[in-house]
Amino acid sequence: MSFPLLKVRDLSVEFTTYGQTQQVLRNVNIEVPARSQVALVGESGSGKTVTMKAIMGLLRQPPARITKGEIFYDGADLLTMPAKERLRLRGTAMSMVFQDPMSSLNPVFTIADQMGTILKYADRRLGRGRSKKERTARVHEVLSQVRMRDPERIARAYPIELSGGMRQRVLIAMALLSEPDLLIADEPGTALDVTTQAQILKLLKDLVEARGLALLMITHNLGVVRETSNYVYVMNKGVIVEHGETAQIFDAPKDDYTRSLIDAVPRLTGGRRFGQQGVPA
Amino acid sequence: MSGPMLEIRNLCKAFPIRNAFGRRTGEVRAVDNVSFSIDKGKVYGLAGESGSGKSTIARIIMGLERPDSGDILIDGRSITDSASGHVHGRQVQMVFQNPGSSLNPRRTVGQSVAVPLDAHGYPRAGRQKRIEALLDMVQLPANFAQRYPHELSGGQKQRVAIARALAVEPKLLVLDEPTSALDVSVQAKVMDLLADLGREMDLTYLFISHDLSLMRNFASDVGVLYRGVIVESGTSDAVFEHPAHDYTRLLLASVPVISKEEEALRPCIPLIDGEIPTPEMLIALRQQAVKQTITNEVQTDD
Repeated sequence: MSFPLLKVRDLSVEFTTYGQTQQVLRNVNIEVPARSQVALVGESGSGKTVTMKAIMGLLRQPPARITKGEIFYDGADLLTMPAKERLRLRGTAMSMVFQDPMSSLNPVFTIADQMGTILKYADRRLGRGRSKKERTARVHEVLSQVRMRDPERIARAYPIELSGGMRQRVLIAMALLSEPDLLIADEPGTALDVTTQAQILKLLKDLVEARGLALLMITHNLGVVRETSNYVYVMNKGVIVEHGETAQIFDAPKDDYTRSLIDAVPRLTGGRRFGQQGVPA
Repeated sequence: MSGPMLEIRNLCKAFPIRNAFGRRTGEVRAVDNVSFSIDKGKVYGLAGESGSGKSTIARIIMGLERPDSGDILIDGRSITDSASGHVHGRQVQMVFQNPGSSLNPRRTVGQSVAVPLDAHGYPRAGRQKRIEALLDMVQLPANFAQRYPHELSGGQKQRVAIARALAVEPKLLVLDEPTSALDVSVQAKVMDLLADLGREMDLTYLFISHDLSLMRNFASDVGVLYRGVIVESGTSDAVFEHPAHDYTRLLLASVPVISKEEEALRPCIPLIDGEIPTPEMLIALRQQAVKQTITNEVQTDD
């Protein structure tokens, strides 16, 4: 059993606002082995986004404070390593696919401009040189990897000219630019229509499998968990309440919260009667 | 006594496409010859993705938009009949998608709930009692009347929106994605509330959503809307178990599910792989739509 690619150990985070301190994460343990597909599922306020931000080093401190714990990437502790080294990993070895394709792209630059810039800085961090021409070629290559039919045209386009699904594809392409080993996806496709979301999830899954990437899928949607991952962590109020093989968790959840979450999901097979559940307390 | 609560006949609405100089260069047929009806006390689900025209239909029913042609009858009376405008507002109310933006942040909950009462000339006497009763109906404590929306959670806000919609004792409630902004566990509670209220108050619901799993469990009849056309309709069991139209099958195949039983229900069709459907593909689908239109009409049995 090798050391996992990403390992979060006993992570505790608190937030201090207006003099009040709130513990947001409590002893969170997560492991993402290389080439695995892991999901972190929780409802709003559960702490899944804070976990993601802590991993990516995007937590603003203050108000946040990591009180305890380690985050290992490939054996090295991200929290204690020099800032420069961490910067080199971020966006290169580990990349993010962001949630909202409408607001994570800059409206005044073309797709090629934005992707070129990302690539330029990623190269610089890795001490790699690439000519502008080579960069453009790479941008086109990655756009075709996310199954854009006409990468040259997409590269020249401004975000407004693209549909939501295409923008989400561009965001995935951006994350793939520097050939990462770990992809962290924060609710991809939630802002999209069902049919488009299904395509995006399939694309992500295919890419991850074909290129041997590790995927950490952060979502509130249990259906998305089941479609994209084989191991799942369930989070509630800053605590991992249960984790295990996805199929096992869905078949026989041990934790009460997990069970209530699964029970709350309406089924496509129907048979659920809403209402008449007595008077709530 | 019986007869449909809502009847929509051959509804059409097109929006002009204008160029930069304001000249009309074409039109979008947002709602294209749509007909359906909902019996009293029933829940009709309208499923569709963005751009399918479901919100335009809701807006027309609410009187926020004028149809180009077609007719809407509520309890047998046409709403295009201008004389009944005021009565119409009393009979039909709407719950919007995002409770964060559909409640005025500068009004207390009590004030928000009272707005329709004022608009429809309810007497001022006993106003406070009425507000408390409405909050009680949606299972919120009476002291919430003094609170502002930012003090409430998403689920509580949506309950307030429901209380506001019920203030004038409507017969028909248009629910436009009422839970899409909520967590699943909160969604379940709000749906429970809506189901209970529907039974107690004999309400008729038009339930608009893109969440097919939720629709299957909540609506007795469904219509699948694609580019302004109802491509398939029937009882929800019939539509979900035996989808006849390609678009319905595509929609069903796209739903992320959490059990093997549900997986078995999803048609095995390849998702349009890696491509945004081109206009040609959409036109092809549209042509099929016209051929196959409405195979099984809404059942009117009890």
